[in-house]
Amino acid sequence: MNWSEFKTIAHNGLWKQNPGLVQLLGLCPLLAVSNTLVNAISLGLATTLVITLSNTTIAPVRSYVPNEIRIPVFVLIIAVLVTVVQYLMNAYLYDLYLVLGIFVPLIVTNCIVLARAESFASKNPALPSAVDGLMMGLGLTAVLATLGGMREIIGKGTLLSGIDLVFGDGAKAWVIHVIPDYHGFLLAILPPGAFIGLGLIIAARNWLNLRAEQKIRSQPVPAALPEAAQG
Amino acid sequence: MLRVLLALIPGIALYVWYFGPAILVSLTLASVTALATEAVMLKLRARPIRPFLSDNSALLTAWLLALSVPPLAPWWLVVVGVAFAIVVAKQLYGGLGSNPFNPAMIGYAVLIISFPHEMTHWISPQALGGVHLSFAEQMSYVFRHMLPPGLTLDAVTMSTPLDTLKTQLHLGHSVGEIRELPIYGRLAGHGSEMVAAGFALGGLYLLFTRIISWHLPLVFLGTLFTMAGVFHLFDPAHYVTPLFHWFSGAAMIGAFFILTDPISSPTTAKGKIIFAAGAGILTYMIRVFGGFPDGIAFATILMNMCVPIIDAYTQPAIFGQKDAKK
Repeated sequence: MNWSEFKTIAHNGLWKQNPGLVQLLGLCPLLAVSNTLVNAISLGLATTLVITLSNTTIAPVRSYVPNEIRIPVFVLIIAVLVTVVQYLMNAYLYDLYLVLGIFVPLIVTNCIVLARAESFASKNPALPSAVDGLMMGLGLTAVLATLGGMREIIGKGTLLSGIDLVFGDGAKAWVIHVIPDYHGFLLAILPPGAFIGLGLIIAARNWLNLRAEQKIRSQPVPAALPEAAQG
Repeated sequence: MLRVLLALIPGIALYVWYFGPAILVSLTLASVTALATEAVMLKLRARPIRPFLSDNSALLTAWLLALSVPPLAPWWLVVVGVAFAIVVAKQLYGGLGSNPFNPAMIGYAVLIISFPHEMTHWISPQALGGVHLSFAEQMSYVFRHMLPPGLTLDAVTMSTPLDTLKTQLHLGHSVGEIRELPIYGRLAGHGSEMVAAGFALGGLYLLFTRIISWHLPLVFLGTLFTMAGVFHLFDPAHYVTPLFHWFSGAAMIGAFFILTDPISSPTTAKGKIIFAAGAGILTYMIRVFGGFPDGIAFATILMNMCVPIIDAYTQPAIFGQKDAKK
């Protein structure tokens, strides 16, 4: 895998085909646990780990799996990996595991994991598949983090609340009170806040894209340039 | 929309008479917020500002929402509600004519869900005994969150007639005993029944000048009356009279001013009847069996969601078409 290939995969995962903003896959956990920054990033990273591992595992066996039963086989592999991640969190991040609850095992059914297995790992070698899984996961995590941060600031006026679930009780002092003496805006924490927030982020992304396109179009293309230089 | 605003004035005048002038401040705050957010959103969306501002639709949203919010609530409450109504519920959906939900009711829903505590600061009617704040003292509470020394908020506010009814029924009292409480008047809540009558008067003006059609208000009030009547006949000790339901909460302003929003209600006559009947049933259900103080807002929003399908199934046959039902 060369550098330009890597760049294409990274660009796809993080921006062009971002699972949260463009493919709109895996919205169930996105909307359910993005009520605080810590929850959002934790579930995002757990999902990233699962996508990367599942892509890496599926790519080498892709030629041995009969086409007719590939979906059950992929789901089995993903389920095994999710079980591993779930037990790891249960053992080392027990409090966080309790907060994220059902959404950790539900990573199995997260469509983005199967979507990457089906559309990328089943057609490409192991290394690009691993990079694709990592980039898609990071793209999703970035969206989750933005949404979680937004909802936490507007809803509770804090950032990083619940950080002690990850780093132990000593981390309680890390919580940032962005708006002191804040009454809270419950709507942002409740599901409507997730839907409205995601809508706004998607709108912002489309607006940025539109502006970038307009900028390219408005630049006069020098007519005298030879054909090869443009490609 | 100017005449709709005019039709609200009798109700507002009675409101001031019974509850003091604090409501006028919320109305002003709401109007300023609505015009400002509307102008900013129109500017961002590159739409002409003046024609859209002068159609008064933003003002109507602001007034309806201000009338649904307690006048003693902190000043930012009404500002947040109106801004949300105009920015999200109206302009983000495409502005006037494209909003599927009634903006004022979305604003109310956001407030009642997010700030349930602040939404209970209703002033007790001035004719009743107890402590009453002067206008200056009310403003000091609304803007600076300061009450005169020695007073608590509970001393100057009260729960609404509908809320009191629900709480007292829950405590095991019968309707007859509850109606003896001083906050109740002849039909419903003391003072608030007259405000409702004022809105009904304005609504009748709209009806007779044909600004609104009869379908929505009459079917809504009829359904509410029937529902309440059936339950009342069945068990008068636990279910209040239909007239109580008509003259408490937002029933009158809802029937004539909220449901009749021409954008978020169905366009066909048959559709309007279905819409209003559904809203009537839901309002009664939420009021009597639900946890929220009044049911108009959620009933309106839930029925707003059904409008596309109602409209699709109630298209009248085109003139001259022979077998329409095919």
